[in-house]
Amino acid sequence: MNFDIGIPLPALMSQLLLGLVNGAFYAMLSLGLAVIFGLLNVINFAHGALFMAGAVLAWAGMEYAGLNYWVMLIVSPLAVGALGIVIEKTMLRWIYKLDHIYGLLLTLGITLVIEGVLRSVYGVSGLPYSPPDTLQGATDLGFMVMPNYRAWVVAASVVVCLGTWFTIEKTKLGAYLRAGTENPKIVEAFGVNVPLMVTLTYGFGVALAAFAGVLAAPVIQVSPLMGQNLIIVVFAVVVIGGMGSIMGSIVTGLGLGIIEGLTKVFYPQASATVVFFIMVIVLMLRPAGLFGKEK
Amino acid sequence: MSTQSNVPALEIKGLHAWYGESHILHGVDLTVNRGEVVTLLGRNGAGRTTTLRAIMGLTGARKGSIKVNGHETIGLPTHKIAHYGIGYCPEERAIFSSLSCEENLLLPPTLKASGAGTGQGMSEAEIYEMFPNLKERRQSQGTRLSGGEQQMLAVGRILRTGANLLLLDEISEGLAPVIVQALARMILMLKAKGYTVVMVEQNFRFAAPLADRFYVMEHGAIVERFAADELQAKMPVLNELLGV
Repeated sequence: MNFDIGIPLPALMSQLLLGLVNGAFYAMLSLGLAVIFGLLNVINFAHGALFMAGAVLAWAGMEYAGLNYWVMLIVSPLAVGALGIVIEKTMLRWIYKLDHIYGLLLTLGITLVIEGVLRSVYGVSGLPYSPPDTLQGATDLGFMVMPNYRAWVVAASVVVCLGTWFTIEKTKLGAYLRAGTENPKIVEAFGVNVPLMVTLTYGFGVALAAFAGVLAAPVIQVSPLMGQNLIIVVFAVVVIGGMGSIMGSIVTGLGLGIIEGLTKVFYPQASATVVFFIMVIVLMLRPAGLFGKEK
Repeated sequence: MSTQSNVPALEIKGLHAWYGESHILHGVDLTVNRGEVVTLLGRNGAGRTTTLRAIMGLTGARKGSIKVNGHETIGLPTHKIAHYGIGYCPEERAIFSSLSCEENLLLPPTLKASGAGTGQGMSEAEIYEMFPNLKERRQSQGTRLSGGEQQMLAVGRILRTGANLLLLDEISEGLAPVIVQALARMILMLKAKGYTVVMVEQNFRFAAPLADRFYVMEHGAIVERFAADELQAKMPVLNELLGV
């Protein structure tokens, strides 16, 4: 079944799904980055390494303890979230008053440590991880054959992202986060334990990254370097979307994943750089980002 | 409740405060008794706002003693100080633009009951009765409200928490006379309900009829203190200190 554009529909839909899968990772990671930057004023370069830690933990859980995918989907984010809380309490809180560059440098250092340690133990060639039995195989939808696991990744990510959006925008807990992002000192003056909220927010942001890591383990090679390529693109996604809105981060992440996927179909040479190309254009026309608020 | 009524709501002794290296408060002494309305007068830069911020722990280093409802708070972090019974309304009002009017109103948490410091906060319904505009505009984004509405919101939200010591910083600033009169009526009503109010006010005509006692600040210290019945006698001094 061919279209006039010369691309068979199943191939197009397949690339679109792959694009959505990447977009799902972009959305979850840029969401965590934006929330952390908003409240902590820290550019969390360690986001990629903690995404990778989530994936490696999933593999390790299976390898050393026979814990399956579904268990690690919960355990891995909790463990990485706890690690995030330790990082925030012992290292990050000393640099909040300083320029953004110090947060970037500190989290870059944390990234190098995490990646270096894991690389020395496991090397770089990748650790095998297969999707859980219930999600293996594919479903024939007529216009395409849909790999079940990839569909699951997109569905789970969208649910988690929307759940996060709802919590932040529509609940009282989210109101504390939004107010604390705008004026933390006054929120503290009302008696809210803002330092605790900051710690837990960082923990949640990196737990979200680890959750993405577990989702990614069966589709992206699990290796200590898997976060590096992703984090650079995610930064571009955050710049394009702007820090202003949660829904903006989600939409931008998914949208850019789709654009990247379509570029791979129609002009594969540009697929690695199309996101950065868009980033340059957005920076020139609307520096605060598509959904960002001018500060 | 009445057994505690002779403990001052606020007792500050020898308060020094810094912003970074700048030494702003040089040994402030002031006392506010339960149920009083006290006004802090002074020129711009005298240290009045800094005094309120120092009570809340929002300055840099502090030294001295600050007792809120009998509890020493000088060493406490900001988020613990409020729970001793303080509602703080900052000069800049600090209405959150990422929250609706209603979310702004409901944001400050109910203070943990700590003896004489806190009581039953006003209910949401009572606050809307006092400020019907806020009910009308409750779904609007916080910063889309008019100046007067934002001021009412800034005061209204601290009345819900159960705080009975209110720190109000320049609430009449920049508002139309009609709204300023409404705020004056509100303060008298709060006083009748037993609230303790510390007001920083530039608008002498607004503050003078409301206060039981006055403190005048200059260069980060108290230079004059007198009761309402001494106001007339003190006018020449005030003229000189404040350019009133």
